[in-house]
Amino acid sequence: MGILEAIILSVISASTPLLLAASGELVVERSGVLNLGVEGMMIMGAACGFAGAWLTGSVIVGALCGIAAGAAMSAVFALLTLGLAVNQVATGLALTILGTGLSGLIGASFVGERIVPAPHLYLPLLTDLPLLGRILFGQDSFVYFSIALIIAIWLFLYRTRAGLVLRAIGDNHASAHALGYPVLKVRWLAVLFGGGCAGLAGAFMPLAYTPFFIPGMTAGRGWIALALVVFASWRPARLVGGAYLFGAVTIMQLHTQALGLGIPPQLMSSLPYLACVIVLVIISRTRGTAGSAAPASLGSVFVPDR
Amino acid sequence: MQLVLERRAERSALIAIASPLVAIALTLVTISILFALLGKNPAQALYVYFVAPLVDSYSLSEIAVKATPLVMIAVGLSLCYLANVWNIGAEGQFLIGAVAGSWLAVRTHGTDAGAWVLPAMLFLGAAAGALYALIPAICRVRFGASEILTSLMLVYVADLFLDYLVRGPWRDPKGFNFPTTADFDANATVPVLIDGTRVHLGSALALIAVAAAAVMLGRTIKGFEIRVVGAAPKAARFAGFNANQLVLFTFAISGALAGLAGIIEVAGPIGHLQPGISPGYGFTAIIVAFLGRLNPVGILIAGLFLALTFIGGEGAQISMKIPLDLTKVFQGILLFYVLACDSMIVYRICLISARKAAYGHP
Amino acid sequence: MKRLCLAAAAALFALATSSLGASAAEKLKVGFIYLGPVGDFGWTYQHEVARQNLVKALGDQIETTYLENVNEGPDAERSIEQLARTGHKLIFTTSFGYMEPTVKVAKRFPKLFFEHATGYKRLDNLATYSGRFYEGRYIQGQIAAKMSKTGVIGYIVSFPIPEVISGINATMLGAQSINPNIKFKIIWVNTWFDPGKEADAAKALVDQGADVLMQHTDSPAAMQIAAQRGILAFGQDSDMIKFGPKSQLTAIIDNWAPYYIDRTKAVLNGTWKSGDVWGGLKSKLVVMAPYTNMPDDVKKMAMETEAAITNGTLHPFKCPVVAQDGKTVECKGGTHLSDEQILGMNFYVRGIDDKIPGQ
Repeated sequence: MGILEAIILSVISASTPLLLAASGELVVERSGVLNLGVEGMMIMGAACGFAGAWLTGSVIVGALCGIAAGAAMSAVFALLTLGLAVNQVATGLALTILGTGLSGLIGASFVGERIVPAPHLYLPLLTDLPLLGRILFGQDSFVYFSIALIIAIWLFLYRTRAGLVLRAIGDNHASAHALGYPVLKVRWLAVLFGGGCAGLAGAFMPLAYTPFFIPGMTAGRGWIALALVVFASWRPARLVGGAYLFGAVTIMQLHTQALGLGIPPQLMSSLPYLACVIVLVIISRTRGTAGSAAPASLGSVFVPDR
Repeated sequence: MQLVLERRAERSALIAIASPLVAIALTLVTISILFALLGKNPAQALYVYFVAPLVDSYSLSEIAVKATPLVMIAVGLSLCYLANVWNIGAEGQFLIGAVAGSWLAVRTHGTDAGAWVLPAMLFLGAAAGALYALIPAICRVRFGASEILTSLMLVYVADLFLDYLVRGPWRDPKGFNFPTTADFDANATVPVLIDGTRVHLGSALALIAVAAAAVMLGRTIKGFEIRVVGAAPKAARFAGFNANQLVLFTFAISGALAGLAGIIEVAGPIGHLQPGISPGYGFTAIIVAFLGRLNPVGILIAGLFLALTFIGGEGAQISMKIPLDLTKVFQGILLFYVLACDSMIVYRICLISARKAAYGHP
Repeated sequence: MKRLCLAAAAALFALATSSLGASAAEKLKVGFIYLGPVGDFGWTYQHEVARQNLVKALGDQIETTYLENVNEGPDAERSIEQLARTGHKLIFTTSFGYMEPTVKVAKRFPKLFFEHATGYKRLDNLATYSGRFYEGRYIQGQIAAKMSKTGVIGYIVSFPIPEVISGINATMLGAQSINPNIKFKIIWVNTWFDPGKEADAAKALVDQGADVLMQHTDSPAAMQIAAQRGILAFGQDSDMIKFGPKSQLTAIIDNWAPYYIDRTKAVLNGTWKSGDVWGGLKSKLVVMAPYTNMPDDVKKMAMETEAAITNGTLHPFKCPVVAQDGKTVECKGGTHLSDEQILGMNFYVRGIDDKIPGQ
């Protein structure tokens, strides 16, 4: 296997959980809700996903458990922020803390166990192609699903009426409500969807990436996913680019170390985060007079007037 | 029939008082169920968590020590949150403040420089924290970049910078190459206020910060501007309050307080700079700020209460083998209930017919 | 009213403490402070395994308590002091970062006994202990050099502290004794524990040509990648054969139990004395996992080396030791580097193409 092919494969693996979680959060934020609890939902997805897979022997059941765990956590978030009009920032942070603690309790009895990881696709002639063979035709189902998901999200947001309604709600919930759109219901669905995606992203870690569970194994990827959504200006196409870029920087800093270039590893490790800040500044500058690229009612509380 | 949320005509004073109590009661019930599910005696667990630390003078002093950085940071954060700007990077500002103040300690180590060292360190810590917080503030004001994400990303950068310094240039030459600076000299150490405990000057400074914030918010024009900009931005604009300037101001103050808390922790209870000087104070302080309802005195109480849960959690690990994760679960649930109950001050839940919900009339 | 409340509190307190066990006063209470979660399957896990063995060995004479996830900042001092205040007579603090807090508490409780792992500050009631893991590294270096076809060893490391550096050096010296031209590729992941990052590092090393993996981090991620890629690897802290049945050659196992049992017995007998124990293969503080996935002649070599180190005829850092810059290192221990030199090691030996971060 050539080194370029190997690096690309590593990058794809590293980027997949980011892409999955960020895709869901993109939809949530497009509907006007800011859910900072992605890390908590992801780690819950990891714990429950591993538990499900270990108990039943099936990776698919594990993935479903992960999705359910993420969705359940996000349901609590929705109940508070949509049902009781509570501040979204605080609720999201509380969700992260709760998720971290709860996943530790749930996962404690599964530490040290291992499962058979998600299988990789194998198509007889195609997968053996040089360079592109394994990259295109040799991935596990999570990777293909993440690509299909972001394409589906793009189609939904820009090619369906429902997607248009969701975007309208995110931009101006008062007007949308006046037009008769069910603001809260759409947001509920968006939040649950986002939770499921975060749960699936978390489940990817112990089901495909490193097939065992250890508390805290998501190690901050949820926060990176949040940054990615902004990095991508809430646009699906840019999100894919951002996720793979971030994965690439993370992997490349390990490769440059192995080459013995002598750059302080802390500097290399901080590059992805600095890059995020710089890109955030650049894209916010180039908005022009149209206003922020963010959905205008992102994070603001909505209580229907009657 | 469906449940809908309706804004009250005016804030309910009764619920404003009852809300924290109801929230705590609900949390205790939920957590008791969790204890029972884990096979632990709920009454005993509740005792160990909440009462035992209060009965022992050592635990009481430790609550003060643990609460000090939380309260100091949270007071600063509350100013930002009242103005509706979200400083999520207090953790990074804490670390940078610790680094900046420690620079002076390392520089003057072993030279017996004089009593000016400690105050200078504290000043450097606050100044550095303020400057570091101004980065996301300026990004927001000048470029419109989300301060939530910029301040958060800078936390990682600060952490890695601290790591680089203690593993490299600032490493104690006599320390067998372990990642820690030399122990700070006496004139670079925060003095202990109460003998026999670890309660130090920082606690007094935290109380001063609480008082100062209370005065500023309640009695000065600046405080008024902050509250109006957050609650009614259009009215603020109409009144000529400069929102951008307030963003910079609140971020600078909260950064200064976080940085001050950082250098105090390092020059006080820890005594040298090392990686891992913060178990997430910057993030826990966010919870404290909300639990205290963004009110300085409330923050003081909330900070003490949360510190109590940490100390109680450790006691529970020792005497009842209750896992530490449960403390996190408890804190998350408490915050949920407090937020939910507080919402009832401004809104109420009504049961109305579906027709009325859709059309606004029966 | 106030007096009633205080009385009620006192009564409740008495009730609570009495329910902890009537025989609590007779048993020796032993406390442990852990850095990570007991489920980390690495450093902390091995201490926990040792604690469980201690309970099995001395069960009815002792009662143990542990605090996990104790941050190395101000929380550590409080946690140690809490153990001291709740009647624990012997307290083990299992990470370097607990050094200052342990010293402070030990000074305040002169009648209690403290044991600090991997530290260097001692008092009359504070002893230190650690393992000569570099002995195991030397053996691993030899095995790796024999088993590697590409001549490139991949090494995943956390932070450049002396223990890690001496580990890399011992591995290299062992490898060079078989193949003088062996090459290392080293990646610093800046964490003791992040399975995802360790897996990424492992993949990067394999992609760059390494066909034997070594680690000085705590999770089984690298072993699992080795299994996936069909190459060989060494486990760390614990026996990781479960994660790489066809990949693990051996593992350095932190075997704290005999030391813990020893020291606890000393307290029970009243013979506890402070000191420094730096045990290796001889005292069984360091134990090698069974040699697997290698041909018999390599296994024989490994066992011979192990025996030689155990009986003292072979020292991994036997002089002359040549540093990366070509200069011979001063030999302060007679025929081998002194303990102090190894404890404070901050240079690479010749043959390593890497720069120690922070220098």
